[in-house]
Amino acid sequence: MSLWKQSTEVMRVDLVVEQRIGDTFRIVLPFAVVALMIFSLATPASVSDVGDVGTAVFWGIAILYGMQVALRTSMSETEQRKDIAILLGLDPAARFLGRSMAAALLLTGFMAVLFVAMVILFSPDLPGGWAWPTGLAILLAAVGLAMLATLAGEVASGLRNRSALASLLIAPLAIPLVIGASQVLESMAGDDGILIWILLLITTDLALLVAGVGLSRPLEEASR
Amino acid sequence: MRLDSVGVTLGGVAVLTDVSLQLGSGEAVAIVGPNGSGKTTLLRLIATLLRHAHGVGTILGADLGGVVDRSVRTSIGLITHAPALLDELTISENLIHFCRVSGRNEEAAPKALSAVGLENVAERPVARCSFGMKRRAEIAWLLIAKPRLLLLDEARSGLDSEARVLVDSLARLTRERGGGVVTVSHGEGDLGLDVVAVHRLENGRLGKIS
Repeated sequence: MSLWKQSTEVMRVDLVVEQRIGDTFRIVLPFAVVALMIFSLATPASVSDVGDVGTAVFWGIAILYGMQVALRTSMSETEQRKDIAILLGLDPAARFLGRSMAAALLLTGFMAVLFVAMVILFSPDLPGGWAWPTGLAILLAAVGLAMLATLAGEVASGLRNRSALASLLIAPLAIPLVIGASQVLESMAGDDGILIWILLLITTDLALLVAGVGLSRPLEEASR
Repeated sequence: MRLDSVGVTLGGVAVLTDVSLQLGSGEAVAIVGPNGSGKTTLLRLIATLLRHAHGVGTILGADLGGVVDRSVRTSIGLITHAPALLDELTISENLIHFCRVSGRNEEAAPKALSAVGLENVAERPVARCSFGMKRRAEIAWLLIAKPRLLLLDEARSGLDSEARVLVDSLARLTRERGGGVVTVSHGEGDLGLDVVAVHRLENGRLGKIS
């Protein structure tokens, strides 16, 4: 079976499981929206432009809660399931790609809804033509975070404190994604070009793709 | 399959020491031993899921110490003491998923489920299935997969007599196809199949009983 077919099958099953459990949209998303509300209520009246705070808070919460979404599959995997996946002949690169694609789809939806909530709660002064660059930034950040979390989950796999370790691995490595994504709106507001930030996001995503696919087999062998 | 003086160390602890075992085509061997003796570790080693610390071994022609080819792993069938199905999917969906990932024909799933008596509960989520149903589903998968090497980790324990017969039939079919069977159990009374040798594993060391 081809790498692509295996990847899409892994993605399909991940999404079916997510649809039935509802972790992302029934549990994590409401908590993330509540966190946004708390920030909006806690922002002092003396802050001159609450809207600017809103976009920064959005990216912070999107990345932090997004980690929970992206890590959920690898954190729930048992040793028996890992064993059966190997004996089924599942290519570790296909597992990485499939999980990343599923997580990227979920994260894109998660961040899109969270962005709408941020706009309602903080009423930021969005620059003209903000929609597609923001959508692109969300998509690229979601793809990057999904691959980063999947890779971190594989690295931390089998460890007792894997959830904490995976989060610790993701947080610093997500910095290029946060900078790139957050600077897209910032640059538009200041009439600066956004291309450099989009390129930063694309470069980060490509680097994660290469690392994830390239490391998947050695990581599986190392876990033997 | 052949293991010569193989040892496995997990977390700095020697779990298996100087284990030698041989299994020919169409043969079955049994390994008995108490809890914690290393039975599951031995089966995971044979399944190429663990790396050994010393010794040499070949599994279906593949060197145990090297990178194991996909075709070898897909020829190994493993039933562990805890069923490895996805709880959120139905029994049927699990089998179809296994077929798709391994490149096997998913149209074989309904027939296999019928063969193990699960045709009426095929659309039940695994989370709402009994242990026996999950075990039957695993047997159904292995009927489709037709492994050349079947590894049974206390596969008969906790099952009713009908399900035990299914496990025994699976082992018999594997041997009739020229495959090998390794079964582990707490005692000789739980084996349920004719074996060429019974070994006792104790404190990670293997000794032949018969």
